[in-house]
Amino acid sequence: MKGYLGIDVGSVSTNIVFMDEQTNVLESLYLRTNGQPVATVQKGLGQIKEKLPAKVVVRGVGTTGSGRQLTGIVVGADAIKNEITAHAVAASHLVPGVQSVLEIGGQDSKIIILRNGVVTDFAMNTVCAAGTGSFLDQQASRLNIAIEEFGDIALRGSTPVRIAGRCAVFAESDMIHKQQMGYNLDNILAGLCEALVRNYLNNVGKGKEILGPVVFQGGVAANAGMRKAFERALGLEVQIPKYFNVMGAVGAAMLAKDAVSKGVPTQFKGFGVADMEYKAGSFECDGCPNLCEVIEMAEQGKIIARWGDRCGKWSNALATREASRSC
Amino acid sequence: MKVTFPHMGYMYISLKGMLEYLGIEVVPPPPCSKRTLNLGVKHCPEFACLPLKLNVGNFIEAREIGADTIMMAGGCGPCRFGYYAYVENEILKDLQVHFNLVVLEPPEKHIGELLGRIKKITGNQPWVKVIKALRFGYLKARAVDQVEKSSFQKRPRELIRGATDRALKQAIHEIDSAQTPQELTTAEEKSREIMESISIDINRPVLKVALIGEIYTLLEPFANGNIERHLGNLGVEVDRSMMLSEWINDHLFMGLIRNAPSSKRFIKVASPYLNHFVGGHGQETIGAAVWYGQQGFDGALQILPFTCMPEIVAQSILPSVSGDTGLPVMTLIMDEHSGEAGMVTRLEAFVDLLQRRNEQKEALTS
Repeated sequence: MKGYLGIDVGSVSTNIVFMDEQTNVLESLYLRTNGQPVATVQKGLGQIKEKLPAKVVVRGVGTTGSGRQLTGIVVGADAIKNEITAHAVAASHLVPGVQSVLEIGGQDSKIIILRNGVVTDFAMNTVCAAGTGSFLDQQASRLNIAIEEFGDIALRGSTPVRIAGRCAVFAESDMIHKQQMGYNLDNILAGLCEALVRNYLNNVGKGKEILGPVVFQGGVAANAGMRKAFERALGLEVQIPKYFNVMGAVGAAMLAKDAVSKGVPTQFKGFGVADMEYKAGSFECDGCPNLCEVIEMAEQGKIIARWGDRCGKWSNALATREASRSC
Repeated sequence: MKVTFPHMGYMYISLKGMLEYLGIEVVPPPPCSKRTLNLGVKHCPEFACLPLKLNVGNFIEAREIGADTIMMAGGCGPCRFGYYAYVENEILKDLQVHFNLVVLEPPEKHIGELLGRIKKITGNQPWVKVIKALRFGYLKARAVDQVEKSSFQKRPRELIRGATDRALKQAIHEIDSAQTPQELTTAEEKSREIMESISIDINRPVLKVALIGEIYTLLEPFANGNIERHLGNLGVEVDRSMMLSEWINDHLFMGLIRNAPSSKRFIKVASPYLNHFVGGHGQETIGAAVWYGQQGFDGALQILPFTCMPEIVAQSILPSVSGDTGLPVMTLIMDEHSGEAGMVTRLEAFVDLLQRRNEQKEALTS
């Protein structure tokens, strides 16, 4: 069996998918990053290897997410792409003709506008509307309900309470105030979903033209209350793709497929990466008053990459060989 | 008298050249760094823009290495920059950092006004010499601009990563060390050779992106997170809407040097969207977007410091320019909280957007 690996390393979760030649997702894995991206990726690769048949051939690997560079170096990725492109690619493949992608994850939220299958505009959270997933998680645990039930309870709310959604701090204190006033839980949760949707559309969407089909993805898409709130606010049907919580990884795998399609051999170092020893070190460069902290990655004791310097003194030092950049 | 001035990209080379030509001792502040910014953030009002904070940091650092006179530009109109020289001076006074302040307001009517203000620094030197010095400073700015422009073209096409950065540093050093106009001519020749020695792949397809927006964040690489280098490494040829020599000619010499590119070309085409001055370079930003759209650029990036009023005006007009010309525009706002990783992600996504758009266009035409 031949296929492609997609790895999405985010701040909260690490997702790995294995996709066959026909772009069917055969395996998917969702792990907590726990602040250790390399160890998590190694663990994930070990687990996915167990799940796949022994004679699997990996034809390409793609990485995305905030840990894309680091992971790309560790596994030997063919495509290292930002999460916006990866999400757009995955959404337009799984939902053909999609014109708007709403994406809310643990920390980041973004909006992607596509026309004729091409991204024409995008935005990522700036000041607020960040951490929506984490905020919902926290409120659920404060109210002592499981996060999985959150959405269903919110759906039961018939008259959502109006909650100030300008930012999580205000939303929380306003929510507590409404609880003390005696509103019931269903309506409070429904109101909270509406507040977060309003906040998202104002701070991330910023008046962009949202046309259907609309896709809602990222971990928060599991919350039925959020979906309903979006549908109400937009007056459009909102679709949730099958792999809504691993869309970044799906996109990365598809980008890897693209990258190797021109007959370039894959850079993938093999599943053996899971057992190799990686060590990250850092030092402060004292070449100028910027005092950049330079990070270096060692594979079995050999430095394979450096980054973190503003001037390029260290990151360029390892790259004196000819760069084969293709665009 | 040891004169210093705030940093703005490679402006120090031109100013230093001019003042040293007149035999005035110059102490440029150390290059903008995290320390500069920290000093500025600590002592400036929170909602002041990034340039003020970096200026104050520059002055404190320059004082540490012996400078005693500040030469600072003034300004006019809705942009707050006009009173920055005085505000900065008050902040420094409160900090017990003592300087003599000389403010060079841009001339309103005649270049003679500028000369009058410069006299405070030059003392009783003959006018001919002052004018020669001004010319020398301008020539240096032009030489630096040439080198920078060449680096914009080379970087996305370089074969060895980092080669352009190294060459640029060398070439700039050549120009910086020239003491007389004669030496400058040789230095220019040398710097051209250095830039041409970079091995490039001439056939590599590159995207063309224009950088537009506020002058300080455009010119000072520390303030814009080295955006030109990031874009170059992503395979993008950059064109900056504002080069130092053009600005000097437009604003200080009042267009005295003919046949030099001028921001007037932007103001002309801005009129359907914005036909009056809004302070700073707001009008030029709109015009630049229109102009680059007409020139067939793939996209434009607007850069501004957080709270910059003229650019916010421009930002709100840019979507309609973008809609009419089909030129994708993205805005990046800089302040001390800007993270480089977030900026790089947005740049990558923007470049991807342009690339895929291009591929689709090619597929349709072939």
